[in-house]
Amino acid sequence: MSTTSTTTYQLAQALGEPVEAPALISTRPFSARYDLDRDTGVISRLGHPLRGRSVAGMILICPGVQGGVAAGWTFMKLAAHDLGFAGLVFDRVNPVMVQGAQAASLAIAAGIDPRVFAAVANDTVIRLDPPHRRLVVLG
Amino acid sequence: MLAGEHGPAARIALHSQIAVGDFFGADHLVPIESAHVMADWDVMGAGGRDYLRRLVDAGGSVRVPSTRNPGAVDFTYAKRLRQSSKLIEGEQSVRTLLTRLGIDLVDTCVGYQTMPTPAAGTHVAWGDTGAVIYANAVLGARTNYESGPAAVAAALTGRTPAYGFHLDQMRAPTVRCRVTAQPRDCAEWGALGAAIGLQLRDYWTVPLLQGIEMQPSSDQLKHLGASLASYGSLAMFHLPGVTPGPTAAAAGLAGSEIDVGAEDLERIFASDAQAGDAVDVVVFTAPQLSLAELERLGTMLDGRHIHPEVTLLATTSAVTREAAAASGILSTIETAGGLVLSGTCWYLMAPKAMGRTFGWRHLVTNSAKLLNIAKASEYAVTLRTTEACVEAAITGSLSRR
Repeated sequence: MSTTSTTTYQLAQALGEPVEAPALISTRPFSARYDLDRDTGVISRLGHPLRGRSVAGMILICPGVQGGVAAGWTFMKLAAHDLGFAGLVFDRVNPVMVQGAQAASLAIAAGIDPRVFAAVANDTVIRLDPPHRRLVVLG
Repeated sequence: MLAGEHGPAARIALHSQIAVGDFFGADHLVPIESAHVMADWDVMGAGGRDYLRRLVDAGGSVRVPSTRNPGAVDFTYAKRLRQSSKLIEGEQSVRTLLTRLGIDLVDTCVGYQTMPTPAAGTHVAWGDTGAVIYANAVLGARTNYESGPAAVAAALTGRTPAYGFHLDQMRAPTVRCRVTAQPRDCAEWGALGAAIGLQLRDYWTVPLLQGIEMQPSSDQLKHLGASLASYGSLAMFHLPGVTPGPTAAAAGLAGSEIDVGAEDLERIFASDAQAGDAVDVVVFTAPQLSLAELERLGTMLDGRHIHPEVTLLATTSAVTREAAAASGILSTIETAGGLVLSGTCWYLMAPKAMGRTFGWRHLVTNSAKLLNIAKASEYAVTLRTTEACVEAAITGSLSRR
């Protein structure tokens, strides 16, 4: 997708309410089951670059997804313990992430410019704005 | 339904389906023949249970035959495996709520090996990725991945948004895979799926597999599909001679090709573990075993004894376990020291806690899917053929690949 400025990224698909939160950047495709300790909300997969990081209150920005249907319940499970994501942004996404985010009232978007992975650092505050299909880097 | 004439639960469910359908550009919904729901305590927790409870309290009731994927507990073995009371009680509460919605607790991810299957072209809403890809690629039925809440919604409305693999144009091959390896054991079929999935990794990609010389069995296709789904998040593939319908669209493939050879499969079998390393647990699961797989396992274990420091676990459906018991297969496996669990799949059973409880660190399996999953539960995992897994269980140590 094209950028309208150095800090705004257009999104091809989006769902949910606007949210502002720090970014958590993963260059690996995300799986709720394969990557997360779903009881603690911490990335637990051996060898994962973000191993040990909590996802609580973060907007995950990720190129894609792997695996299956666990995300559908995982987002609810994490939210019930205040351990959940604040939002999710992918380049390519599968239905499960969208279904799970919708059921958990979580903002989600897909089709972001892959250059975002080099341009935005972990913990940078961003605004995910699904109604306007854009992501704004606030710094 | 949106006006609430079918009750508030159906209205809630339809609203959620429309929101997801809008995201993917669906302009209508299609009626479904069945729904298959992934819903277990380990993945749902209190948040998911409360969601189900709201649907029950709102009068939710299924409109099509609906079944459940494996649960987190085999109640017969829960104490022996020292599963927590919280997990056991949570699983009971989920089962009760699902039953009240009208969802049948078949507790299997391989219902296509034990129950009537949908005809080619039939729309369903299934929620196990391995079952989804098998439905699309082998049965010719039509389904997207349906997460737990989405499959419940489909069960309550009897329909699902028409996007993705419900549409003809999305089912055509998009990538040609030239396969020069010739997999035999289920582990090798799973490794093939992993090797392809790692290269593609996009739900909307549909590989056309060419070069495979043998006619695979249902179990081999099961492992292939489960791995493609696990590593690549793929939901459809074409295999000539297997996938129903024409693959003529392959002729129009726009130059997208990948090669997969024996060396790619060997990379999936590669492990940090060395030959001779101690093995703690050998697991046959993900997907659940068919009767044919249990019979083969029983034949390999007949008259032998599993190493005292090793636990051997296999999971299957209740129906299959009963058949295995009737034919003596179960007794053979149990006499050798193996456990055959039913209604669950091992990775749903809180494996991280189980590993800590029993001190299990090195897991050996013939499931490439489990190889991918168990790393989140902090196991060192090694993939081996079914025969090599059995040998590891007998000797207590890993053999050379």
